[in-house]
Amino acid sequence: MSNLLEVIELTKFFDMGRNQRVHAVENVSLTIAEKEIVGLVGESGSGKSTLGKTLLGLHDKTAGQVKFRGEVLPQKYEAKDFRRFATNMQMIFQDPYSSLNPRMTIGEIVGEGLKLHQNHDSSIVRDKVAIWLEKVGLHADHMSRYPHEFSGGQRQRIGIARAMILEPEFVVCDEPISALDVSVQAQVINLLGELKESMGLTLLFIAHDLSMVRYVSDRMAVMYLGSLVEVGRADEVYFDPKHPYTEVLIGSNPEPDPELERSRPSTAIQGEIPSPVNVPAGCRFANRCPKVMDVCKSITPQLIPLKDIERQVACHLYT
Amino acid sequence: MNSVKADNGASLLEVEDLAVEFDTYGGIVQAVRGVSFSVEKGKTLAIVGESGCGKSVTVQSMMGLIPMPPGRITSGSAKLKGQEILGRTVVNGKEIRGSEIGMIFQDPMTSLNPTMTIGDQIAEPLQVHRGYSYKKAFNEAIRLLEMSKIPEAAKRARQYPFEFSGGMLQRAMIAMAIACKPSILIADEPTTALDVTIQAQILDLLQDLQRETGMAVILITHDLGVVARMADEVAVMYAGKIVEHGMVDDVFYRSAHPYTLGLKEAMPTNDPSLQHELKPIEGSPPDLFSPPRGCGYCARCPYAMQICNQRQPDDTFLTESHFSRCWLHHVSSPNKPDQLYFKEEA
Repeated sequence: MSNLLEVIELTKFFDMGRNQRVHAVENVSLTIAEKEIVGLVGESGSGKSTLGKTLLGLHDKTAGQVKFRGEVLPQKYEAKDFRRFATNMQMIFQDPYSSLNPRMTIGEIVGEGLKLHQNHDSSIVRDKVAIWLEKVGLHADHMSRYPHEFSGGQRQRIGIARAMILEPEFVVCDEPISALDVSVQAQVINLLGELKESMGLTLLFIAHDLSMVRYVSDRMAVMYLGSLVEVGRADEVYFDPKHPYTEVLIGSNPEPDPELERSRPSTAIQGEIPSPVNVPAGCRFANRCPKVMDVCKSITPQLIPLKDIERQVACHLYT
Repeated sequence: MNSVKADNGASLLEVEDLAVEFDTYGGIVQAVRGVSFSVEKGKTLAIVGESGCGKSVTVQSMMGLIPMPPGRITSGSAKLKGQEILGRTVVNGKEIRGSEIGMIFQDPMTSLNPTMTIGDQIAEPLQVHRGYSYKKAFNEAIRLLEMSKIPEAAKRARQYPFEFSGGMLQRAMIAMAIACKPSILIADEPTTALDVTIQAQILDLLQDLQRETGMAVILITHDLGVVARMADEVAVMYAGKIVEHGMVDDVFYRSAHPYTLGLKEAMPTNDPSLQHELKPIEGSPPDLFSPPRGCGYCARCPYAMQICNQRQPDDTFLTESHFSRCWLHHVSSPNKPDQLYFKEEA
């Protein structure tokens, strides 16, 4: 498999004035192969969404590169860049309530991309919108309705149709299911799976539901305070985590199995994710890490491949 | 007197046939349609179900938090230590809300007053319900913050909500809810807005406090993982009714209602030996403006029979403490799907 997307030491800082900067994403390197689903997990504030948006040019890059099919993407997107890349790369947003314009009809929302990017006339756009609404499990005659007439799950389907209608190759799904009920989550996940198969999509699946990420993804990347701490096959990372943070994260994930929960020791760790403004020196997880060593507080560990398994870990335990 | 009765093993809280409806422009919404359950001292009851199934309205009606009008409790009773509490604010000389029953809410960011310090907010129920002086109440607030494992409690008590993180705010909410030593703590989706690592901390804290104080907890959630970790008993709600109720092991390992099974199959399992496809529950919950004549779940149920559409099923008890409200359990039901648990033949 060839790499569709290559992220090389990507950094995104936000200036807050008074010489303060939010280190939202720092030195992230990641490759995503064609037709692969990479799950990105981490706590809120770890930079998952910022990474996804920076990949698509919705934020300017502070440093580093993103290559799409070997082509280096611009550091700062101009209007013409969006015009060019939006047909290849799309995004599905987390909140199906605030990500649809309440004053536009579903037909306008879903068809807007086609109008802008492919200059079709309106009858062709309408036909295609109808086809896509059916594909995501809605009806063609929903086209003239407004977002408020739909439930959360239906809105998320509209968001999916809007992203998919341009037939992109790469889609960032930013927490596509976290606002939905369990019974509806499975509907949306299965829809994404079907579309992935039929269109040969490559997905970056951002979520905090670890069980779902394991289920959906080929590979899993764990992010903490702007940096990747572990990358590997999703099942292997879940069942055999190497980085202490991944271990804590997976241990905190409650399983729907009372016997297992009773037998499992409590793995709650103290403290919370530090502010990304004053990033601690050394390993960013050091102040909460149960296995912290002296070296962790001074030297930042690099993401390096482990010897025997297909895994990258950024931790001094493995250097 | 009544507390003696509670100590003798009778239930701390008994809710019988509770029904709540709301007047809206679209008509009358029957949010809760006959719910009965009981809560024992020191135990945790989890109420699970999807948005709009009536789980929050059920507990809010006991707390007197339903705005009336447009809300209306049409039937039922709720007895705390043998005393009726529906429609009342004081029982045995103690105010129910905030004193006998404490409550924590889903979103700690919006449920605290942004213009009051955390310490003042925790001290308030003590001043109101216990008649403490401000100084005494504030010192007690600091002690409660320590109990909720907030570091530097004395300093934090003088800060405002915006200076707290989400996890810390939820701890402060818990401190406030337990200030008057309630016999029941209602936690309405207490960890839904939090990250898993913080969720684990809050759940541990709730369990510790429950052990120390012996209070009962009613936990409302839609996360079956949280239920598995916390609950002694589980009530599964759908379309305003409890469709299955039992001890946590019964409900998880011997699920007897198709909706409970559907919920379990819609979630990924993490047992590597047991790979299954996600099976979504197709469709969406019924419209409670005109609730279905028969079983609320029948439109989405893979095992639905003709009768399900026409008549309400009754509760069928599989064991003393485990029931399912489903026609499949009727003696003359032709279909007994293998995936569901049925009463063993005598």
